[in-house]
Amino acid sequence: MEALLFAVVALGAIASAIGLVVRPNPLHGALFLVGNLFCVAVLYLMLRAEFLALAQVIVYAGAIMVLFIFAIMLLIPGKTEIGPDPLRGQRRLALPLGGALGLIVVLVIARIGVAPAPGGTDGGIGTIGRLLFTDYLVPFEITSILLLAALVGALTLAKRRAP
Amino acid sequence: MVPPVYYAALSAVLFTIGVIGVIVRRNPLVIFMAIELMLNAANLAFVAFGHARGAADGQVIVFFVMTVAAAEVAVGLAIMVAIFRARYRINVDDLSLLRW
Repeated sequence: MEALLFAVVALGAIASAIGLVVRPNPLHGALFLVGNLFCVAVLYLMLRAEFLALAQVIVYAGAIMVLFIFAIMLLIPGKTEIGPDPLRGQRRLALPLGGALGLIVVLVIARIGVAPAPGGTDGGIGTIGRLLFTDYLVPFEITSILLLAALVGALTLAKRRAP
Repeated sequence: MVPPVYYAALSAVLFTIGVIGVIVRRNPLVIFMAIELMLNAANLAFVAFGHARGAADGQVIVFFVMTVAAAEVAVGLAIMVAIFRARYRINVDDLSLLRW
């Protein structure tokens, strides 16, 4: 049952990822990416990462994709790729090179053995919260500084300067 | 239970599709979305291995990656709007000013 669900969701994720790359209209690509994010959220649920599944849907599929769609709507002349491609050779090489990369990654992964952590508990939301405020406190604080910097940077970039 | 290698293989496939998207596409918005796809694939690997080890550290890392992705998208889209304002079209091949 679980294997069947995994197969269906994995196929959905791969199909929507291919749709993102193949479709010429970026708006369709954004919707495909939302589908992909939902599929990965289901996989998170299957891996007992409820908090991440929720954060995935709320932060990624909600906030980030809305930002993307907003930008696509705002930049309408940039909607489709027009004119001849100056890097035609690169385009032809993309599939074999990407396939080679995927093969390498799969070969590396096939050699990995995963040892269970000593005395580890599986991650519920309480465990994550405790880890965030004990072992990962410094990265957590740095993240807040990063978000502040991104906020200020986006504001500065988007502010219309007087000509 | 699905073995973690399957999740890792799926993550590798998604990452590869993202790389191909970055190489093939010319619209910076689509390239951006392909980068999000790659980040997402890496997140999936983190969660899968964390689950296999029985430790929650992988999930914490994914939390940080999500935060960084949100910041990156905000700044990147602001940069794209600024470029669009200066040039009235966005195409990565036009932005070759710094190319040797």
